Amino acid sequence: MSKTETVYVQRFNVFARVLHLTVIISFLTLALTGMALKFADEPWAGAIASFFGSFRVLGVLHRIGAVLTFGYFFIHFILIYQNWRKSDKSFISFVFDKTIGMVPNLQDAREIGQTIKWFVGKGPRPRYGRWTYWEKFDYFAVFWGVAVIGLTGICLWFPTWVTQYIPGSWLNIATIIHSDEALLATGFIFTIHFFNTHIRPEKWPLDRVIFTGSVTLEELKHERPREYEMLVREGRLDDVIVDRPPTWLVIFAYVFGFTALTIGMGLVFLIMYTIFQRTFG
Amino acid sequence: MNATIGKRAGIIVTFFLIVMLVLVMGSHNAMSMSNEDCLECHGDEDLTREADDSSVYVNAQVLAKSVHGEQDCVSCHQDADTEDEHPPELKRVDCSECHDDIGAVYEKSIHGKARSRGDALAPYCSSCHGTHDILPPDNPKSPVYVTNIPLTCGRCHREGSPMTKTHEDIDQHNVLKNFSMSMHGKGLLKSGLIVAAVCTSCHTSHNVRPHTDPESTTNPKNVAKTCMHCHANIENTHRKVIRKSLWEKEPHKIPSCIECHQPHEQSKIGYQGKLSDAYCLKCHSNPNLVMPDEEGGVKSLYVDTDEYDEFRGTLHKKNKIACVKCHSNMDSARDPVCKGSGPVDCSACHPEQSDVYAKSIHGKLLAELDPNAPGCTDCHGKHNNMSKANPDSPINPINIPNLCGACHRDGKKAAVRIKGGERKIVATYSMSIHGKGLVKSGLLVSATCASCHTGHSILPPSDAQSTVNRNHVSDTCESCHYGVARKIQQSIHNPPFGADTSRFPICSDCHSAHGAARVSEAAFRKQQANECAKCHQEQVETYRESYHGKASMLAGGERAAQCSDCHGSHTILAATDPDSTLAGPNAVKTCRKCHPGANLSFTTYRTHATHGDKKRNPDMYYAFWSMTSLLLGTFSLFGLHTLLWIPRSFKERMKMIRKAREQRK
Repeated sequence: MSKTETVYVQRFNVFARVLHLTVIISFLTLALTGMALKFADEPWAGAIASFFGSFRVLGVLHRIGAVLTFGYFFIHFILIYQNWRKSDKSFISFVFDKTIGMVPNLQDAREIGQTIKWFVGKGPRPRYGRWTYWEKFDYFAVFWGVAVIGLTGICLWFPTWVTQYIPGSWLNIATIIHSDEALLATGFIFTIHFFNTHIRPEKWPLDRVIFTGSVTLEELKHERPREYEMLVREGRLDDVIVDRPPTWLVIFAYVFGFTALTIGMGLVFLIMYTIFQRTFG
Repeated sequence: MNATIGKRAGIIVTFFLIVMLVLVMGSHNAMSMSNEDCLECHGDEDLTREADDSSVYVNAQVLAKSVHGEQDCVSCHQDADTEDEHPPELKRVDCSECHDDIGAVYEKSIHGKARSRGDALAPYCSSCHGTHDILPPDNPKSPVYVTNIPLTCGRCHREGSPMTKTHEDIDQHNVLKNFSMSMHGKGLLKSGLIVAAVCTSCHTSHNVRPHTDPESTTNPKNVAKTCMHCHANIENTHRKVIRKSLWEKEPHKIPSCIECHQPHEQSKIGYQGKLSDAYCLKCHSNPNLVMPDEEGGVKSLYVDTDEYDEFRGTLHKKNKIACVKCHSNMDSARDPVCKGSGPVDCSACHPEQSDVYAKSIHGKLLAELDPNAPGCTDCHGKHNNMSKANPDSPINPINIPNLCGACHRDGKKAAVRIKGGERKIVATYSMSIHGKGLVKSGLLVSATCASCHTGHSILPPSDAQSTVNRNHVSDTCESCHYGVARKIQQSIHNPPFGADTSRFPICSDCHSAHGAARVSEAAFRKQQANECAKCHQEQVETYRESYHGKASMLAGGERAAQCSDCHGSHTILAATDPDSTLAGPNAVKTCRKCHPGANLSFTTYRTHATHGDKKRNPDMYYAFWSMTSLLLGTFSLFGLHTLLWIPRSFKERMKMIRKAREQRK
């Protein structure tokens, strides 16, 4: 190991990476099967259904996706618990921690302002920490999405059971909310999240960190100076330095990543094209 | 004085009487022979003719009882009216002196002509009526009394008589014997039925002519008329064959009475004419027999007797129909008799079928001499025509689709002419429930082309009389699907009296025509909403916005609920009808078909509701627009964020690239 060799710093542990892998698989499944039903009269939707054989297969896959989603949603709390135990902080101070916590704070509000200035060339690149404000938004969007889509989804999954407690006519509302919230989620992930994380020119064509788990030290210094400084300040930098990710993992990251990106962007393109055609066609 | 006057008057009267008597007797003596004069000699039983010793005895009593009993001998035997002895051989009595009208008729009859020709055997008046013993024809003793006529005629027309021996040109034999065994003969002789026909009933008494004479009552052209003297209502019995006056107008077209009912053997029905099948087959059994056709080629006139075989189910052969029954336009003036006899006219025996056929589109086209128009034989075959029950018959249900398909398959001569309407009908039919039932399962009761279009009265659906006209389709289907028709009558789809029927669906609107599929088949179920949309477009559009509708559009969508799964099919009622499948507790039952745990609350789900209908579904409307606002808000915010980021991000990337280059240097 020479000094000129690239140093890698861990950003996501295996647990987090596997969890996100589950998110990708379940989300793509839910989006593909759900959108095929939502846009059933479009040829591409028919093609998806024909690929899987029957709309009933779509239904089964969609429910498997739902179970996975509920699964990762609850398992992720274990991740939070683990991280909390590592942090030697009280749970409340861990959650609201300004440096590693996910809860937005004043620093994030300031960074939004700095980012806008940076965008328009009126200021330097903000010195982001471990989590940027858009990453925090993505994180909490899942909470909102799982709650809204999940609850309405359960209503639609078990209509005869839920109508014992709510009127059947509410299922019409549940359908609208489920479907439109899903459209929002799909559209957001496949455009905004993809851009912020992978497509934007600085990261183009793919940020492999979620698969390999590590970034180079250089990258950390540039991207998240506040986190780097924090690690140096707290003397934890050596703790997070890891080996270069194995080649097979890098290859997997690109193959799987590009596949997921392609499917997602393809689907969002078809959805946008369909909506555009219906609105203006 | 008185006595003197009386004496004188008596003398005058007596004188006058004497003068009168003398005058009367004198004059009589002077003009003719009296009957007493004749009987003076002819009253002798032994008086014979010098020439041949034949008796010339006249029985005065018989004469007195005869119709001519009041007449003088010499009024008939005029050449015997002489003062002296009459010539030894008198002329034959000429009855036409008095019976001139009958005489004229007789002269032209075969009997009269034979007599003029000098035929010794030709009958004269007396041959039938007798001489001095002539009795009125209503006297049972008269030889021309109805019961005696067969014997009277039979004296000559009896097998073995001198006449039959010498007149071989008479083609009827055993006339008397055959007659006596016939319906007429038995009626007359056994039952004593004096209205039964005798020889003269058909041949007439005096105007007997050979049947080859066009004037003859027994000429084939006149036979029908003759028979109809008695069998006046025979047309009703034989209407199918006779077609009203055709028998008289165009006798060559159809067989006349005697072709089936042999002239003197009426109880035996069957053709035994000269033109027997054996006669025809003398030439037509030759496989090389041909004649030139219209196109300059030749067409075979060979008749394969194996093909025309009763054991193979050939319909006409089974019924022992002779060649000439169909090929009726034979003429002995031609050689051969069949030359130019033209095509067979089936209408002679099948007038009802022929009538409806003539009104059909096929018949109309044939009448216009359309070369593509099918005639009887195109479907039924010629000599090998068979009952449709025979599986080898082209009109057996199993073969009908191919038979019709020969012209109506896409690209064939009929299909290319029919504009509009259904395409690929044969292919579509064979995939339909009817076609599969027939072809795959061999179910002969399956509907074939003819079941709906009929065999003979095929008309295009645009024709108001057509069985497949909009107004008749349901009736046509009903002929098999009776139970369904009854259900429809209970449904909202049944047009009330006086309603505009064009606004109500007919079977084919939902089931299609040629492609009618089993209702459980995926193809039918997936097509269902499209069929309903023909009338219920808005409902189908909203259905397609629902989960059921969306799923139904995808692969395997036939498993999703279709219109009929909830609304019912033939018994469909308005959803507002308390008896409908969607009213109150019925709806729970209906939903439970797929959702076993469904309850009343579940049924309040609005299957056709859309968020676009603010009035009816305000909750959905606001839910949709709230969600849409959220979407638009989120995307606007982050869209702007991204748009601003893109140029900055480019610059960052360029910086990174430059930095990397500098490091390398």
